Amino acid sequence: MEATVTTANSEEKTWGGGNEPMGASYGKLMMWFFIVSDALTFSGFLAAYGFSRFKFIETWPLADEVFTHFPFMHGVSAPMYYVALMTFILIFSSVTMVLAVDAGHQMKKNKVVIYMFLTIIGGLIFVGSQAWEWKNFIKGEYGAIETKGGSLLQFVDKEGNRVALAEFAATLPEEREQLTRSKGKWFMDEPSLPSYSVAEVQAGFKAHPELLIRTEVITKEKKKTILSREESELRLSQAHYVVEGANLKRNEYGSKLFADFFFFITGFHGFHVFSGVIINIIIFFNVLIGTYEKRKSYEMVEKVGLYWHFVDLVWVFVFTVFYLV
Amino acid sequence: MSHEHVSNIGRIWKVFGILSAVTIVEVYLGILKPDFLFMNDFLSMNLLNWIFYALTIFKAYYIVYAFMHMEGEKSSLRSAVVFPVIFLILYLLFILLTEGDYIYEVFKNSTIKWNF
Repeated sequence: MEATVTTANSEEKTWGGGNEPMGASYGKLMMWFFIVSDALTFSGFLAAYGFSRFKFIETWPLADEVFTHFPFMHGVSAPMYYVALMTFILIFSSVTMVLAVDAGHQMKKNKVVIYMFLTIIGGLIFVGSQAWEWKNFIKGEYGAIETKGGSLLQFVDKEGNRVALAEFAATLPEEREQLTRSKGKWFMDEPSLPSYSVAEVQAGFKAHPELLIRTEVITKEKKKTILSREESELRLSQAHYVVEGANLKRNEYGSKLFADFFFFITGFHGFHVFSGVIINIIIFFNVLIGTYEKRKSYEMVEKVGLYWHFVDLVWVFVFTVFYLV
Repeated sequence: MSHEHVSNIGRIWKVFGILSAVTIVEVYLGILKPDFLFMNDFLSMNLLNWIFYALTIFKAYYIVYAFMHMEGEKSSLRSAVVFPVIFLILYLLFILLTEGDYIYEVFKNSTIKWNF
């Protein structure tokens, strides 16, 4: 029997615990297991995004036209500055986390408390920023028209600048009442109506001869195609639906899948950040009441640190895939 | 568990500097989009996007190896985590992107114009 024991530490039973495979404690090893599986989950999502994008490679929305908002700067096109700021916030909260782990190694409780607190604040700011980003995405800016064939038409002026529906849509004396459950004959209702009807947009377009239509198709110059006035009128006659902002069914930016993936992947990542903040708060209070001081080890801080860095790692990829490429 | 409790603060700030610098370069390139990178393709993706992916993996390396302290772990743990992830992701990307490109060709060259 003795011969089968292969560890140097023959006092311990190999299968009864006490050994640390690969030199990592049980909790840390399990955290790595979790991180590997979660990393594969996220790469599945991002690869699915890549799949759909390759499928509609000629009509996919251009990211720097979609995310152009910055707080307190209305009407200014500021592509990417805001997400870059969010990236900095998350990287910085990663730094404070790793500083907390470092202080834990030296058993400096007060330092761990301060750095954990900063990490939590950084995480909260990030989740808030994401909520703001979603708000802008859902609200939309210009509005668009969906044709009967399912493609999307946007409006531009002679210089190619985007024009919002509100700037030209006519007001027609038509009344279209929203169908609600209380007015339905059966269990009937409908999603909230767009601000303008298709007829109003068409009439407004006719009254503004300087307007042109931009389709989803990307040209050789990597810009969206702008049609001539005649072609524009022809395409607009096939209008079917007014799209404002974004939801899971359609969005004013282009391909329907684009908004779905945006909501799903950034939402799933935001959920990770949120749960990371909750776990950080629990550990923060444990540090405060001196649990790890008594245990003489701050390894628990190290484990939540691993999770927190992983969230940062995923964001680095989401940032590239959604905003840069 | 490592037994030396040396403080790593210098290294942490250095890595923070590297990650910030790379992010600034990414945003700068993303806004500028220099034509010689943006208009030239390599393996059906433009050079700018290749640069973005390379920089992303560069950042990922520093997050995992410095912040998650992978460089301090045993080499068996390092390989057990890193290799399956890299292999499976490359495999998945190869399959899905090839298939996506194939469907694009079908939409383009046949009578089906819009399906779902």
